Amino acid sequence: MTDRTDGLRRREALGLGLGLPALLWAGPGHAAATGEPKRGGTLIYSVAAEPPTYDLTATSTFAVMHRLAPHYSTLLQFEPGNYPNIVGDLAESWTEAPDKMTYTFKLRDKVVFHDGTPCEAADVKATYDRMRAPPTGVISSRQPSFAQIASVETPDRLTVVFRMKAVDASITDTFASPWNSIFSAAKLTSDPNYPGRVVMGTGPFRFVEHVPGSHWVGTRFDGYFRAGHPYLDGFRAITMAPSAMVNALAGRQIMAEFRGVTPNERDRIVRALGKDTEVEESSWMLHMICTFNCQKKPFDDPRVRRALSLAMDRWGGSASLSKVSQLGPVGGLVRPGSTWSATSAEMEKWPGYGRDLAANRAEARRLLKEAGQENLQLTLLDRNIQPYITAGVFMIDQWRQIGVKVDHQQVELAAWYAAQNSGNFEVLVDSFTQFSDDPTNVLVKYVSYDKAEVAVAHATDRELDRLFDEQGRTVEVAARKALVRQFETRAMDQAYAVPVLWWQRIVAMNKEVRGWSMSPTHMIYQDLSDVWLAT
Amino acid sequence: MSATIAGLARSGPGAFGRFARGAGRFARQQPLGTLGLLVILLMAAAALGADLVSPYDPEAADFAAMLAPPSPDHILGTDSFGRDILTRLLFGARTALTIGLASSFLGCAAGGLLGLTAAYWGGRVDMLLQQLVDIILAFPIIVLALVVVALVGRNTVAGIDLNLIAAIAVPIVPRAERVIRAAALGVRAMPYIDAARAGGYGDGYIILRHMAPNVMAPFLVLLSAYVAQAILLEASLSFLGLGVTEPKPAWGLMLSGDSANFYQEAPWMILFPGLAISLAVFAFNLFGDSLRDWLDPKFRT
Repeated sequence: MTDRTDGLRRREALGLGLGLPALLWAGPGHAAATGEPKRGGTLIYSVAAEPPTYDLTATSTFAVMHRLAPHYSTLLQFEPGNYPNIVGDLAESWTEAPDKMTYTFKLRDKVVFHDGTPCEAADVKATYDRMRAPPTGVISSRQPSFAQIASVETPDRLTVVFRMKAVDASITDTFASPWNSIFSAAKLTSDPNYPGRVVMGTGPFRFVEHVPGSHWVGTRFDGYFRAGHPYLDGFRAITMAPSAMVNALAGRQIMAEFRGVTPNERDRIVRALGKDTEVEESSWMLHMICTFNCQKKPFDDPRVRRALSLAMDRWGGSASLSKVSQLGPVGGLVRPGSTWSATSAEMEKWPGYGRDLAANRAEARRLLKEAGQENLQLTLLDRNIQPYITAGVFMIDQWRQIGVKVDHQQVELAAWYAAQNSGNFEVLVDSFTQFSDDPTNVLVKYVSYDKAEVAVAHATDRELDRLFDEQGRTVEVAARKALVRQFETRAMDQAYAVPVLWWQRIVAMNKEVRGWSMSPTHMIYQDLSDVWLAT
Repeated sequence: MSATIAGLARSGPGAFGRFARGAGRFARQQPLGTLGLLVILLMAAAALGADLVSPYDPEAADFAAMLAPPSPDHILGTDSFGRDILTRLLFGARTALTIGLASSFLGCAAGGLLGLTAAYWGGRVDMLLQQLVDIILAFPIIVLALVVVALVGRNTVAGIDLNLIAAIAVPIVPRAERVIRAAALGVRAMPYIDAARAGGYGDGYIILRHMAPNVMAPFLVLLSAYVAQAILLEASLSFLGLGVTEPKPAWGLMLSGDSANFYQEAPWMILFPGLAISLAVFAFNLFGDSLRDWLDPKFRT
């Protein structure tokens, strides 16, 4: 483990995390980190969904990340057990120009891909060029993250230089994003879409097979650049519905599931495994959103949107729903408990966050009446899985109390996405997750639609866009936090899309799984290079 | 006018008397069917009087009473939103009966008309219809309903999903067609049908006026039997997330979602809806079987 941090720079540029109580989780950083790591064994874990592609650039689903991460490496990474500190992965060291306009990475020497070819600066450049300017036929979900990068240069075979168009306070997080895995330049030249078909990186495990609907297998890559790692002989990820997963974990047929379970599922697993259970809990960088379609009447009227936000008893909902679902803390647009989040006192000033529920609902009724919508009826589009249904039922119950009638439509994932993209909905039970708490990563959900496709409220608000851009250029933490507060206040007031509740992450696994790091996002720490089995 | 009223007054007690005698005979000859009928009537009363009987709103969450076990306040306990299970069962009976009766009637009526048509025309028309029916019958009833509901989506009018009713009715159509056709073939061979044709009556008139009344007995039996099937299908579709959606009360829906998560901690969440579905299906099947026996002349002799 020592080679990981030796000679590597800690993340200083953003001044994030160090010494700050950024995280809420109660458990240790590493799952049962005690004891000397043992080599050998196969980790068996479950993943609740099938991967739609093998290309990490083209998607954002955990179903891909939880299978593909062990096969790849990134330039930087979040330090295991010490989120949000950033350390090098392929990069041995890096420097940042004082004006934040140039980032220079020195790569580790003698890193090889699974096919034995060396991984050098050209591979990093080819990968980043593909992500920020995808060739025809290549889908890049990462493209907006690289808007401020002007060029990627490779002065020698182990040096990569990123030159910026403008300061981007989130860029270090972007370099550490688990989605920005490095592909082979030679292979990309012959087929820009090879990552969608072939799994071949520099990660700790080589790809063996994927049987759709059944399993995914990886075996230890002996040429992995971190000496002594990985500890496991291999891993087997089994595709399994959440309900089956709980039974499989309780019955010791699998050892772990890394996304998260409900409090009740946790209790069932603990009852079944007893002292062999390891439970890690944290707030989760994932929140449920009530998104209004601002291009449809009456949701183009801010009074209607604000009234519907005002009617929600978030504090009461949090206290109750956290006992029966993955829904948990009350929060604003950034994760509660993170460096950037508002205090309770600040939140209580936003519409729908005040503690006086009667006053909130009286104001909501007044706003609806003023907007001529006393008898409002709406259709709430929702996914057909938990905890989306729980969130939907909660919202319907809250709105019923101000006289709003709701038709609850629950659809499959594909139809849910299709409705978002086409704008064919009135009100949507939406969600958003990211790999880091950086405000640029999370506030993008709330900007104008013409600026970010993920902002599916289909609203246009240039003031929010201005604040978003300004915080993205602001490096000084206090000043950036102030801008984030301004952004949140404006967004809550206009209520194009409003948070309902944030999720709580509970990971319950068999205690024999050691060395895995808990974090407030299920997208990082999944390369399994530090994981070992205490059997 | 007074003559009409007087006529009704005269015919009223007579009709009621005939009905009462018939009901009495049914009760004596078919005690199990009578029991089924009583359960059905109780269910109908619960559905109609749900608003009067229950002190709770079936959709109102009560976070202070989440997962409460059966108690004087909540006789059958509450679910994970604190909603009263008994109230949701009573209102769920409304959903089950509305969708069950409507789907069964629609499916049996459409199947009956096709069966009559096939029997009346015979020949190629009959052959084509039977081949089509064979194809549809090859699909399990739940699979066919799933396909239809997935294809047509939702179309809610006054809180009732018309497409769900249609989706449940579709698998009933070929089954009803087969039974009604078999009965109608015997009717078609009767001399009075040929006489009607010779008399110049239209095909539609003959089918509806002379054939349909003579297959009414199997039609009624089918209708009652398929209400049970429709209730079960509605519960299955709701359980699979393709039927009634939260927070509307429906028995199948009450068995799915959070009930599956909390069946160990709050078994009342699945126990009572399961019992309600079983009892309703059992009652309609008992009644349907008894009705068939009662209406069948062979059983009378």
